[in-house]
Parts: sequence; C-alpha cells; structure tokens
Amino acid sequence: MDGLLALYIFMLAAFTGYEIIAKVPVILHTPLMSGSNFIHGVVVVGAMLMLGTADTPVQQAIGFFAVALGAANAAGGYVVTERMLAMFKKKEG
Amino acid sequence: MAIPVYIQGAWFLGAALFIFGLKGMSSPASARKGIIIAGYGMLVAIAATFLIPGLQNLGLMALALAIGGSAAWISGQKVKMTDMPQMVAIYNGMGGGAAAAIAAIEFAKGDAHSLATTVLAVIGALIGAVSFTGSCVAWAKLQGVLKKAHRLPAQNAVNVVLALIAIGLGGAMVFMAPAQPELVLAFFAVSLILGIIVTLPIGGADMPVVISLFNAFTGLAVGFEGYVLGNPALIIAGIVVGAAGTLLTQLMAKAMNRPISNILFTPMVASGPGEAISGSMKELSALDAAAMMRYASKVIIVPGYGMAVAHAQHKVWEMTSILEEAGVEVKFAIHPVAGRMPGHMNVLLAEAGVPYDKIFDLEEINGEFGQADVALIIGANDVVNPSARTDKTSPIYGMPILDADKAQNVIVIKRGKGTGYSGVENALFYTDNCRMLYGDAQPMAGEIIQHLKAMG
Repeated sequence: MDGLLALYIFMLAAFTGYEIIAKVPVILHTPLMSGSNFIHGVVVVGAMLMLGTADTPVQQAIGFFAVALGAANAAGGYVVTERMLAMFKKKEG
Repeated sequence: MAIPVYIQGAWFLGAALFIFGLKGMSSPASARKGIIIAGYGMLVAIAATFLIPGLQNLGLMALALAIGGSAAWISGQKVKMTDMPQMVAIYNGMGGGAAAAIAAIEFAKGDAHSLATTVLAVIGALIGAVSFTGSCVAWAKLQGVLKKAHRLPAQNAVNVVLALIAIGLGGAMVFMAPAQPELVLAFFAVSLILGIIVTLPIGGADMPVVISLFNAFTGLAVGFEGYVLGNPALIIAGIVVGAAGTLLTQLMAKAMNRPISNILFTPMVASGPGEAISGSMKELSALDAAAMMRYASKVIIVPGYGMAVAHAQHKVWEMTSILEEAGVEVKFAIHPVAGRMPGHMNVLLAEAGVPYDKIFDLEEINGEFGQADVALIIGANDVVNPSARTDKTSPIYGMPILDADKAQNVIVIKRGKGTGYSGVENALFYTDNCRMLYGDAQPMAGEIIQHLKAMG
C-alpha cells in the first residue's frame, strides 16, 4: 500500500479512537475495553489471509495457530461484551 | 494477491460498522446495539475473506475458526462477572499472539518488502508478542494461578536489557532482510520472554492498567500488521483500538495517581506511615446502622472490591430497594479504580440489578456528600482516605478520592482493622462522625436488611 496514504489512515484512525473514547462515561469503561478488545479481533482476517497463502507445513502450522487465536479473540470478546452490556438497565427496564 | 473489489467493499463495510459500533458504546442506552453492530461488521469481514478466489487451506482455516471461536464462545458464556478482567486479558493476549504469528509467517515467506513494511512488521511482531505472553501472565495472576509478584534482582535493568536485545534483533532483521530463520526465532523468543518478565513483578491491584495497556498494544500490533498485509480494515480497527486503549490507560493511571512508567517499573511501597492519626475507631451495631439509614433522607453507598469479593452486591441492592421504598434517596458512588478493571464495579452492580442511573462517578457525586446523611462504605479503603487530600507525606497524597468524610455520618463495613492495598492507615476511620461495622459484607448487609424489615 502507498506509504503516505497509510500514514493518513493511521492518523485519522488514531483521532477517531481518541475522540470516541473521550466521550464514554466511566461506568462503561469495562465493556468498552472488552468491546475494543473484540474489535482488534479482526486480526483473524489477516491470519486467514496468511494461512490462505501459506505453502510450507511450518507456515501452515503458524497460520492455523494465528487463525485459531484470532477467532478466539473475536468470539470471546464479543460474548463477554454483549453479556455485560445486556445487564446495564435503567430503572424502568 | 489481487483482492477483488467486492471483497475490498465488504472489508470497508466491516471497518465502518466497527466505528459505528464503538460510537454506539459511548452511552449505556445504545451500548448493546453498538456491540451487535460491530459483531455484524466482524461477520461480514470474515465471510468475505473466505470468498477470496485462490485462497488455499480453506479446510484448515474453517477448522481453526471453529476451534478458536467455539472455545472462546463457551468460556465467555461461562465466566463470572468478577472474573471478567482476566478473561478480557486472555482474549486480548490471543489477539496479540495472532498479530505476532502473522508477522512470523511474513518473515518465513521472506517476500521482498519495502523498508517501511519490514520495520512495521517487526514492531508489530514485538508488541504483539509482548502483549501475548504478558496478557497470559496477567491472566494467571488475576486467576490466582500465580500468587506472588515475582521480582528479579535488578528487575528494571533486566527489562531494559531484554528490550534492547529484542529491538537489536528486530533491527538486524530489517537490515539483513530476508532474515535467517535463526534470527527470526531468536527475535520471537526474546520478545515472548520480555512480555513475561515485564509483567511478572506487577501487583494485582495494578493489573487493570496493565490489561488496558496490553489492549492498546494488541491494537497497534494489529494495525501495523494490517499495513504489512495491505489491509486498511485491519489498520483502522487496530489503530482505533490502539488510540482508545492508550487514552483509557492514561485515565486509569491518573485515577490511581501513578504514572504508567511508575506502575511498570517500580513496586508500590508503603513509604512511611504518613502523619500520625489521633482519635480511635468506634464500632456500631448492625441495628444502629439500619436505623441511621432508615431515618436518613439521603444515603450514598461507596462499594469497593471488598464488596465484590464477599459477593455482597445482591444483598446491598436488596437493602437499597428497602431503603428506597421507605423514602430514602440512595445513590452509588464509584471510584474510577474500584474493582480490577476500569468500570468493573459498575458491571458487578449492574449484574446485581442496580440500574445505571443510580451509579455516579467521582466528579458527579463528590459535591453531594455534604448533603448526605449517611455515607456507607463497603469494602473500600484507600479511595475514601482523606489523607490523599490533606497529608503531603502520605504515599497516596494527590490521588483523587471520594469525599465520603464530608457526609454527616459515615458507616464503614470492613472485615478487620487492617489497612488498604497501599498499606496506609485511613484517617477517615478515626474521625468523629465515622462508625465501624466489623464483619463480612454479605452477612452484614443481610443483618441490616433484617433490621430494616423489622422497622417496616
């Protein structure tokens, strides 16, 4: 990828992350941490790309390991975040 | 590999949904919808990746997804809310491990790379690997598998030397690309060990900051590997999380009154007892406590991790409901570092059924203690110690605290006469308007409930 273009993406993404979190109330910090933890689980896509192009047994093994770890990151992060957020209720609820 | 435009489009959609989802998580009312939106983003991104033409090892891929995904899904369903911090730590570590493994394959392939790509691959691999083993150690500590803080002699020097070796090996990989397999192996070995060594000496109460920091690390690692793979969705998701995690880590460290470097490199020591405290601790009975709160107009409850350890949150909420029915206004005041993760106490209270509009953080509620008849402190200590405001010699001086001492009456439910995590005596317990209720939080709350019911 064009290095300079990537640099712009880095910068904009960093601002986005900072701005979104700066507004989040303290009571949501734990679900937020696990929610952002879930989002970097997208690393599984990268792991799939690597496994999909692996051509030696060693690469396949590492790729398999990477996909399994990435999938666990995504699935686990989602489940615990959803469970926590489902508990947050207003008085009427 | 040329990625068809419809796959690129699906990844783009995934990244957009992640940001929408995170945005939704900024308010308790829309937070659940937010994570579900982000979940769809993940499904779209993963499904699209499967459809890339020419991808090999699809069977292996599906198997790995099934194993990793289902194991984490099941463990995530089962985990108790008090154990949430270590669960988040371990999932986070896995993400870091995946990022490091991606870099490992990249090096193993030894494709011709630009300098920038190799540099970012190496940095991503280093922080991903540190996050992987560091998070595993954090998990082991919080889970109670590792009981003690292990501190090497000259710990800081060892940390620095290991970090320098890892950076040196990484630098060698950049300049000698494509690197020898032995060099790559050595680099990963040192990076993985570095994660363990750095995390081992850190105490349990500092873990929230460490978990948050590793979360940011994994985000950055994912972002950098995203650049290596030429995948903007990974870059965006990773860097957004990296930035968010960094901010969250700073907020946490500030609330604990300790710079991040301090948490990583020096153990918390009870440095001197601070000023001598005059007065004595005065006990009261559960009956008196019940009466005091029953006939108050406003009660503020300050729960600490001690309440969660005693599993008293359900009883406390039952007590709150009885008081409210009797016309008493009850609010919960949460210190930012209550629990083992930022905001952990809120989750524990939410699990017990406490609505979030009764829970207030430090800035929101500190002005209200002056109008409260009773401040009830359950299993909290350092976060209500007025020495943090007044005693310059105290190790916790300057830490933002909940001003519980400004309430008309203070009731402290506490197991014994010991000091808090910092090892500092709590001046609050010796003030004239403070009464101690010694016992386990759960039976104590139960007793108070009995008395309240008897009063009708």
